[in-house]
Amino acid sequence: MDRQDTAAYPLVRRAGLSGILVSFGGSLNEASNRAALAYRTAVETLKLEGVVETMASLASVFVRFEPSILPHGRLEAALRDLLAEQDWLQAPLPGGRRFWRVPTVYGTDLAPQLAEAADAAGMSEAQAIDSLSAARVRVLTIGFAPGQPYLGSLGQEWDLPRQTELTPMVPRGALVQAICQFVLFSNPAPTGWRHVGQTGFTLFQAGADQPFALRPGDEMQFEPVSKPELLKLCEADPLRGGAEAREIGA
Amino acid sequence: MNGLRILRIGPVASVQDMGRPGLLGQGISQGGAADTLALAEGAALLRQNPGLAALEMGGMGGEFEATGPLRIALTGAPMAAALEGAALAWNASHRMEAGQRLTIGAARAGVYGYLHLGGGIATEPVLGARAVHLMAGLGRAAEAGDLLPAGSDNSDETGLLLAAEERFNGGELRIVESFQSPLFPEAVRTRFAATAFSRGSRANRMGVEMVSDGAGFSADGQLNILSEVILPGDVQMTGDGKPFVLLRECQTTGGYPRIGTVLPCDLPKVAQAQAGASLRFRWISLEEGLEIQAAFGKSLKGLPAACCPLVRDPAAVRDLLSYQLISGAVSADADPFAKGEST
Repeated sequence: MDRQDTAAYPLVRRAGLSGILVSFGGSLNEASNRAALAYRTAVETLKLEGVVETMASLASVFVRFEPSILPHGRLEAALRDLLAEQDWLQAPLPGGRRFWRVPTVYGTDLAPQLAEAADAAGMSEAQAIDSLSAARVRVLTIGFAPGQPYLGSLGQEWDLPRQTELTPMVPRGALVQAICQFVLFSNPAPTGWRHVGQTGFTLFQAGADQPFALRPGDEMQFEPVSKPELLKLCEADPLRGGAEAREIGA
Repeated sequence: MNGLRILRIGPVASVQDMGRPGLLGQGISQGGAADTLALAEGAALLRQNPGLAALEMGGMGGEFEATGPLRIALTGAPMAAALEGAALAWNASHRMEAGQRLTIGAARAGVYGYLHLGGGIATEPVLGARAVHLMAGLGRAAEAGDLLPAGSDNSDETGLLLAAEERFNGGELRIVESFQSPLFPEAVRTRFAATAFSRGSRANRMGVEMVSDGAGFSADGQLNILSEVILPGDVQMTGDGKPFVLLRECQTTGGYPRIGTVLPCDLPKVAQAQAGASLRFRWISLEEGLEIQAAFGKSLKGLPAACCPLVRDPAAVRDLLSYQLISGAVSADADPFAKGEST
């Protein structure tokens, strides 16, 4: 059972036939996200033979491995030893982070679920736009689709459950919301989250030197613009839709 | 460059190989062939590396013209195939001459058929692989007019046949517990394994819907758990407790809870189940799962030795080809995707 009490964490659990998941928390939390990012880097640094790949999610690190080379028990022991080496919840954020300001249309036909989300959060649409656009959120993890960020944390008023039915399709650049987070979509996809904003931001370009725009730890703010303004920005800047980045000072 | 020109093609055909491991952290799942066993079978028949790319054809094939002499192999979901009107054995390797036409019809059983070229299909790799990954926006479905270029071919052996492992009509799926299994009450997990499922109408390379009579399969705290890594084979419950078995082109993370993980070696059976096929799940221990998967890996290594010469005795040929259309004219009427079942 996923418990919310922090005493149970970190947890080392088996994922499928050939994966281990190390979790630093069962709910969204800045410290456990920082822990996951730092711990993943440390696992990579171990260069254990038999580890196929690693990934950090919101509060966990996944390690895929080849059990015939590296048996479960041996990997689990190595991961527990690494856990004991330091207090991962105190780990710093990765270096080289950037702050992105992204022009965003809230609501309208471009993002038709703003009203529904505002209602669920107990706000008017105008209040919801003020609240969402004022939030400076961080890339907690990249996942679901290429270069696609999970962004948080929003205030508790935005702790809205996912929808029971999937929205059949949201477009590239869609800003969707649930459980105190945003996701910015890198490709058209179905989603259980509510489509509250629309941007012209391209997160992934297969052929480019730097195929992925964002890194975990980057920060973002989604600044409200009108639909005509966004369309103009996208025309001038088809790749980023007017989004701008600056380095976060060391 | 030698290759096959696509003259006509079904709506869900794409070039596939073993996919792109190592990009999970960038949000790209491994992807690759829905039926990786078929890739290995094709490689065995052509005496080449199973990492080479082939054309995956969902539900129906197409028509192809050789631009030069080529070796081909046909594997996966059995489809009616003919070269210049003469029926070709499935799960076998053949030779094509320049200008010859190959026609491949609808799947008689299963979903995904594969057309392999000697030397592999040598399209330009993207991020380290040739597999089209529609979910990630890498590449696109094959279209009429495309050339499937053949890589350099190091063998000239053809006329081999391989007995295909039965995986085209549903059956039992072996499943191990994973980190979210305890979110499901014991009684729900037990009922899950006792339930007769059939493949639903929603299925594609990302996942396959399972439908059953009776109540759904819900976890505690179903809609508010943290998004976590997804593995191919994970059985995800959507909000209404309906199971989807996720395949290799699934998303990399997700928040719907997963009751367990189907063994990798049973995923071809999931991908190849046609709408309505009967499927069941059986819980097994991690140790059993590892043994079964290891035995599967070993059996893959034995495929090249299991290939035997295609029998030329007419009586035997008739038996081998018992499902082929005798005229050699291929019908595409039975396309299971024509009714919008592919999504």
